[in-house]
Amino acid sequence: MADTPLQVTEPQASSPETPSVVEVLVDAAKNNVLKVQDYSKLSFRSLTNLFTPPRYMQDTLMQMDDIGVGSLPIVLLSGFFIGAVLVLQTGAQFERFGQTMLTGDVVSIALVRELGPTITGLLVAGRCSSGMASELGSMLVTEQVDAMRAMGTDPSRKLVSPRVLATLITLPLLTTISVFVGLAGGMVASVFSLRLDATTFWERAIAILEFSDLMQGFTKSIVFGFILATVGCYQGLNVRGGTQGVGRATTQAVVASSVMIIVADTFLTKIALFLADKVF
Amino acid sequence: MAQSPSSLALASQTSSEVLIEFSGVHMSFAEGEILRGVSFSAQRKETLVLLGETGSGKTLTLKLAAGLLHPDSGTVDVLGERVSRMSERELLGLRRKMGFVFQEGALFDSLTVGENVAYRLREDHENEEEIESRVREILEFIELGDTMGLLPSELSGGMRRRVSIARAVVNRPPILLYDSPTAGLDPITSQTITTLILRLRDVYGVTALLATQRLQDGFALANFHFDSATRRVRRDSAREKSGAAATRFLVLRDGKIYFQGSPEELLAANDPYLQRFLI
Repeated sequence: MADTPLQVTEPQASSPETPSVVEVLVDAAKNNVLKVQDYSKLSFRSLTNLFTPPRYMQDTLMQMDDIGVGSLPIVLLSGFFIGAVLVLQTGAQFERFGQTMLTGDVVSIALVRELGPTITGLLVAGRCSSGMASELGSMLVTEQVDAMRAMGTDPSRKLVSPRVLATLITLPLLTTISVFVGLAGGMVASVFSLRLDATTFWERAIAILEFSDLMQGFTKSIVFGFILATVGCYQGLNVRGGTQGVGRATTQAVVASSVMIIVADTFLTKIALFLADKVF
Repeated sequence: MAQSPSSLALASQTSSEVLIEFSGVHMSFAEGEILRGVSFSAQRKETLVLLGETGSGKTLTLKLAAGLLHPDSGTVDVLGERVSRMSERELLGLRRKMGFVFQEGALFDSLTVGENVAYRLREDHENEEEIESRVREILEFIELGDTMGLLPSELSGGMRRRVSIARAVVNRPPILLYDSPTAGLDPITSQTITTLILRLRDVYGVTALLATQRLQDGFALANFHFDSATRRVRRDSAREKSGAAATRFLVLRDGKIYFQGSPEELLAANDPYLQRFLI
C-alpha cells in the first residue's frame, strides 16, 4: 500500500547487475538468429498463403499498379541511360581493336544477364521496399494491424502475400522493359557515338542471346522481387519505437534488400553459369 | 432487409453463462511482470469495468481476451474456447465473434468510414446490398449517417471512436472489448461515447469488458439504461436496477486484482487506494 497520498506505486529497488560481455554477445547473436527465423517464417507463409483461401486479388491488383506502373518512369529512364553509357564505355575499348560491331553483343548479354535484373531490382527496392516498410510500419504503430487481427483477418494474407505476389509478377515485366529500353539506349549511343548501323546492332544483340541468358535474367528478377517484397514487409511488421521506428525500418528495408539482392546476384550468377554448361 | 435493433438483441440467451474467464493469468515483458495471477469472469450480458492506473495491465487484459497475446501462464477462456492455447489460425475464427474498440480507434486510414465499417462484412463475403444496408443502419445508430464517404482523417477524435465502435459491432458480436474509449476526449464527447456503449448494452445485449481510467464511465453504465421505447437514456430506479444488465468493477493494481465488486461495494469500500479513484 502506498505511504503517501501522492505515491501511487511503491518505489522499485534498482538492479545493480551489469551483464558480462559474453552475455551481451550471446544475446545479440540470439536476437539475430530470431530475426532470421521470423523473416524466414514470414517469407514462407507469404508463399503458402497463395495456395489457400482467402486470397486478396483486389489488393494484389492494386499493388501491381503501384509497384509496376508506379515504377515504370524510373525504370524507363534509368534503363535507357544505362544501355547508352554501357555502349560508350565498351565501345571505346572495342574501337582500339576495330571491333565496334561487338558492342551490341556485349551490351545485350550484360543487360539481359546482369544489369537489367540487378539495376531494376535495386531501383524497385529503393522505391517499393521502403514504401512497404513505411506503410506497414505506420499501420502497426497505429494499431491497424492489431485491429485487422482482432477482426479475424490474417495480416500475412491481407498485407504481405498480395505485395509479394504483385512484386513477383511485376518485377520480371519491369526488367524486360528495362532491358528493351536499355538496348534502345545502347543503339542510339552506338549510332551517334560509334557510327554503327542500327540494324547491325539489333541483329547482333538478339543473335548473341541464348535461352540460358534469358533464364538467368528471368530467375534473378523473380528472386530479387521476392527479396525486396519480403524484406520490406518484414521490416514494416517489426517496427519498434513509434514513428521514429518507422523511419528506421524504412531505411533498413532499403539497405537490407539492396545488400541481399547484390549477394544473391553473386550466387545466382554462379549457379546460372554452372547450369548453362550442364543443362542448356 | 435490415433488422430492427430490438430484433438484433440477444435477449433469448440465458444470462448466467460465463462468457469470459481468466484464471491465474501471468504475463511478463522486458520491463517486468505486468499481470501476476489475474482471475475473474464475466457472465453473459454483464459489463466488467476494468479500472487501474496507466500501465496496470488493462489493455493487456483486453488483448489477452481477444487472443492478440498469449499469457505466460494461466488460462483465458472466451465463449467456451481456451483462447490461451489456440493457434493464430483458430483464433481468427473466434475473433469474428468479438468486437474490439481500440483506444485511438485504429481505423484503416486509407479506407472511408463506410469501407471501415463494412470491412468485416466484406471479409465474410456478404452480398453488397446487405452490406450497404447494414452499414447505413449502424452508422445511423451511432448518429454518423452522413459520414459514410469521409476518410478517418476528416473526422474528429470522438467521431473516430464512434466509427470504431460501429466497426466493432457491425456483425453483431456477443462480446465487446473497449480499450479506454473515452480517453483524451472532452466531457461532452465522452458522454456521447458512454451513451453509445449503454445503448449497445441495452439494445444488443452484449457482454463487455471496458478498460478505463474514468470512474464516471463505469458509474454511468451502472446507474443509467437506454429506454428503446422513448429512445432516451434514463436513470435506473431501484426496481429497474434489479433487472438491468449487471455492471461490476474490477480494479487492477501491481498486476493483481485489487478490488472486484458492484458499484455500491466500490462506493462503500473504505480503502485509501480505492478512495483515490473516487475523488
